[in-house]
Amino acid sequence: MKAAAFDYVKPKALSDALSLLKQGGDDARLIAGGQTLLATLNMRLSEPSVLIDITDVEELKGISVVSDKLRIGALVTHTEIEDSELVAKHAPLLKAAAPHIAHRAIRNLGTWGGSLAYGDPAAEWPACSLALQATMVIHGQAGERKVSAKDFFIDLYTTALESDEILVATEIPLAPSNQVFYFHELARRHGDYAVAGLAAVAQKDGNVLSKCAFTFFSVSSTPVMATAAQDLINGKTLNSELIAEAVNTARNEIDAIADITNSAEAKKHLIGVLLERGLKHLVS
Amino acid sequence: MNLKKKISLTVNGTLVNAEIEPRRHLVDFLREDLHLKGPHLGCEQGACGACTVKVDGQIIRGCLYLAVQADGCVVETVEGLTKSGVLADLQESFMRHNAMQCGFCSSGMLLAAAELVEKQPKANREEVREWISGNYCRCTGYHSIVDAIVDVLDARAKGQKIKPVTAHA
Ligand SMILES: Cc1cc2nc3c(=O)[nH]c(=O)nc-3n(C[C@H](O)[C@H](O)[C@H](O)COP(=O)(O)OP(=O)(O)OC[C@H]3O[C@@H](n4cnc5c(N)ncnc54)[C@H](O)[C@@H]3O)c2cc1C
Ligand code: FES
Ligand code: FES
Repeated sequence: MKAAAFDYVKPKALSDALSLLKQGGDDARLIAGGQTLLATLNMRLSEPSVLIDITDVEELKGISVVSDKLRIGALVTHTEIEDSELVAKHAPLLKAAAPHIAHRAIRNLGTWGGSLAYGDPAAEWPACSLALQATMVIHGQAGERKVSAKDFFIDLYTTALESDEILVATEIPLAPSNQVFYFHELARRHGDYAVAGLAAVAQKDGNVLSKCAFTFFSVSSTPVMATAAQDLINGKTLNSELIAEAVNTARNEIDAIADITNSAEAKKHLIGVLLERGLKHLVS
Repeated sequence: MNLKKKISLTVNGTLVNAEIEPRRHLVDFLREDLHLKGPHLGCEQGACGACTVKVDGQIIRGCLYLAVQADGCVVETVEGLTKSGVLADLQESFMRHNAMQCGFCSSGMLLAAAELVEKQPKANREEVREWISGNYCRCTGYHSIVDAIVDVLDARAKGQKIKPVTAHA
């Protein structure tokens, strides 16, 4: 299908993009990579009257280390994350996750910020940003505010972003040298959205894991952390009994919801499968 | 209200000026306005890869990219890449392996394969399959397509080039 008619503007400065967004109200839509937006426009699921293309806004670009944080601009593409040496060094979980996002032609355009702002519970970046305790840097008319990933993902496709705000960047604490990570998703075909996935990080000392963050995606209306399972594992020597206990705990604490093809029970089962594999991997 | 926008871009090495509606996506512009029929349209929602073209050196989904977004960019289609010879060994290998039936997916497959060969010259068979999974072949000829790409990777790794052995009619 073809999109309905709309106007198109391409501001160069963040301040101009913000004013245009304010001015356009509900009829305006930001476009970054367009890899979600244009599909919905082609399907006429949405008919905005103006698209504000933010891809010329310099403030939203680039990956850098700023003091003890890795700063990823909203416009950084999935491919740039996949290929970045800074990411590989300071947030290796993201490098492992990137190839699972769609296919290269989509990763070449789709952005980090677009994915976070869209807030799809089946997407990789929201889950990774939660596991890595990322902070979202947001700009609006009133200036800058920061929101932790924990408070950013509110519900299905619903984030803490107001309609006149722009996600500018994300700050991620640099991975400590004893950080271990695990990323895995169960999908019908490589590149498809996961039926269930796990993005996990921890700090490892021998067979003891601490500061565990186990974030599951595609199982609920937002990415979710298995906090009780994390507490159970933190600081204890990992053995098969502890793994079995953690698997049960995670299955019980997460309020899994069904999708079109998979029941909540199936998702709960997969949560355990992923956690068991993940824990074995983390101490291996 | 006049919603038309002026754009200026390079398509297959030629500077093109046009005035288009912002809602026109790149492949409609290439096919309908420039009569380049190489990029195909299947799903128009990013799922099938038939519309794959290159913008500023990277493959993209031509159905999820607006022609206005290409203002100032360098666009390449299978037509231009065929002329410049970039795809020659892949095309020869596709022919040797009979890696096409109706050919609808071929231009997208070739462009995706070319990016793989460039970015991951050491890709193994499994990785070739994974990469190509972004492009649907309605005739389901994946096996011969994977064979064709793997042959090009092998030949290039040995510093060889797959050259035409016979003249094609
Ligand atoms: C076939 C297909 C398969 C896909 N598979 C996956 C997958 O497996 N995993 C996955 O995670 N994604 C997948 N995607 C989605 C893809 O990764 C998108 O690129 C991404 O979700 C959105 O990023 P974008 O830059 O393309 O955003 P756009 O489409 O440009 O925008 C998406 C939404 O976010 C808003 N927005 C964009 N940037 C900002 C910003 N900086 N501040 C505030 N709001 C903003 C837009 O207004 C819009 O509402 C798939 C897409 C397709 C077409
Ligand atoms: S037509 Fe673009 S991906 Fe199918
Ligand atoms: S050869 Fe027919 S679609 Fe692939």
